[in-house]
Amino acid sequence: MANYSTSEFKGGLKIMQDGEPCSIVENEMVKPGKGQAFNRVKIRKLISGKVVEKTFKSGESVEGADVIELELSYLYNDGEFWHFMNNETFEQVPADAKAVADAEKWLVEQDVCTLTLWEGKPINVQPPNFVELEITETDPGLKGDTAGTGGKPATLSTGAVVRVPLFVQIGEVIKVDTRSGEYVSRVQK
Amino acid sequence: MTIDWRPAADWSVLVKRADFMRQVRQFFYERKVTEVDTHLLSQFGVTDCHLNNLTTEFKYPLASGNRTLYLQTSPEYAMKRILAAYGKDIYQLSHVVRDDEIGRFHNPEFTLLEWYRVGYNDIQLIAEVSELLTEMCDAPETKVISYQQCFIDYLGEDPLTASGVESIRQRLIEQPALTDWMSEEADENTILQVAFSELIEGQFPEEVPVCITEFPKSQAALAKIDQHNPRVSRRFEFYYQGVELANGYNELADPAEQRLRFDQDNQRRKQLNLPTQPEDIRLLAALESGFPACSGVALGFDRLLMIACGAKSITEVLPFSIQTA
Repeated sequence: MANYSTSEFKGGLKIMQDGEPCSIVENEMVKPGKGQAFNRVKIRKLISGKVVEKTFKSGESVEGADVIELELSYLYNDGEFWHFMNNETFEQVPADAKAVADAEKWLVEQDVCTLTLWEGKPINVQPPNFVELEITETDPGLKGDTAGTGGKPATLSTGAVVRVPLFVQIGEVIKVDTRSGEYVSRVQK
Repeated sequence: MTIDWRPAADWSVLVKRADFMRQVRQFFYERKVTEVDTHLLSQFGVTDCHLNNLTTEFKYPLASGNRTLYLQTSPEYAMKRILAAYGKDIYQLSHVVRDDEIGRFHNPEFTLLEWYRVGYNDIQLIAEVSELLTEMCDAPETKVISYQQCFIDYLGEDPLTASGVESIRQRLIEQPALTDWMSEEADENTILQVAFSELIEGQFPEEVPVCITEFPKSQAALAKIDQHNPRVSRRFEFYYQGVELANGYNELADPAEQRLRFDQDNQRRKQLNLPTQPEDIRLLAALESGFPACSGVALGFDRLLMIACGAKSITEVLPFSIQTA
């Protein structure tokens, strides 16, 4: 894998740090008029998801990380792996529970997810920003109680639990923002 | 794809920029300091290992056979030749070019205000910089503090002793962001500069300009060594509202010492695997002919404008930054 000099640093660049592939979130060059320059960098560790700050001496090189992002559609879960498919090549990619992590509750068959692969293996699964899921369980809303009381919990077909307005009922399909885990609207079938 | 052709700066900022240029010229006109306008292309570059010239190839070789021309990182050498020749107070407000610098406070091409006062020591020049800041940005009186005192006040460490520097290095190793390379860093100036930027600068009061004086001898750049305390130089730096604004010296006048500093810079360049730079023989000759006792300072004009406009990035005060130039 290529090395990158600090002068090539920019948001999105994938580098190795502490044995883990990382993505640069922010890069600020600090250059005193007379003195050593350095780069103050915020990086996201792609496996743990932790964001850490590092200060590099300008001019130094850092090992690049063999990381690619692919848009793949979700197929099925066989109990151990979640299988995704490249819609153009029909190549299938299995992701383990560690890579899928919290995305599990937002996976809908046929939905296109963003998978991050390190040396060919999935390390992260990013669901679409919005998914549509059916409500499998929720208390019947009380008639007349339409004031903004914060709604009620509803369990969705994937097991995810979101707060929904009182008028939403079992069997209805709703749209959810996966980034915040919040209800957006009902979906007309 | 839309092509980004518009200026990043608002019209009101461009008007402010024009006002600022006029005010600077008025400031020096009232003080009988003469504007000079020296070259941007020179046959020599700068030896300072933290500065890099952009170079260009001239199609027609000069009398000397030189084709490589260096875009000047500051008008310092040229202005010093005028000082050596005429011994007059001079200022320059011009574009300079530095390789390798893009960031919130950096554009490779920027405007520098540089001036020299004959017969002034650094204390007198610091007072004049302070007056300029008051006049242009309504800044309150500058807080002046020595480099050593600043480390003692803000960090509780003495930067001028070997044990102090080692103790500062340990403090830096404790910073998770720096651990990786600081445990192996041996260069004293790098340690001090990183400590200054990472642990001290952020503690400066925002509302008052801060002037740091008496930098260690090893960071003298082109300043005189202090007569009474040979561990420090007569170099100063201004900081205001979190921005490094100006760097000045009680100017080194001794040609032998100047030659030595060029050599030291080039030695350091070799250690860092950087190309060495030819010494500007015309500057050395000028110093040898006799150089007036004087102090000089270079101030980032765009950064001053950033402060006046409350801009977060230098691109907001430039008509066009390098990204859209």
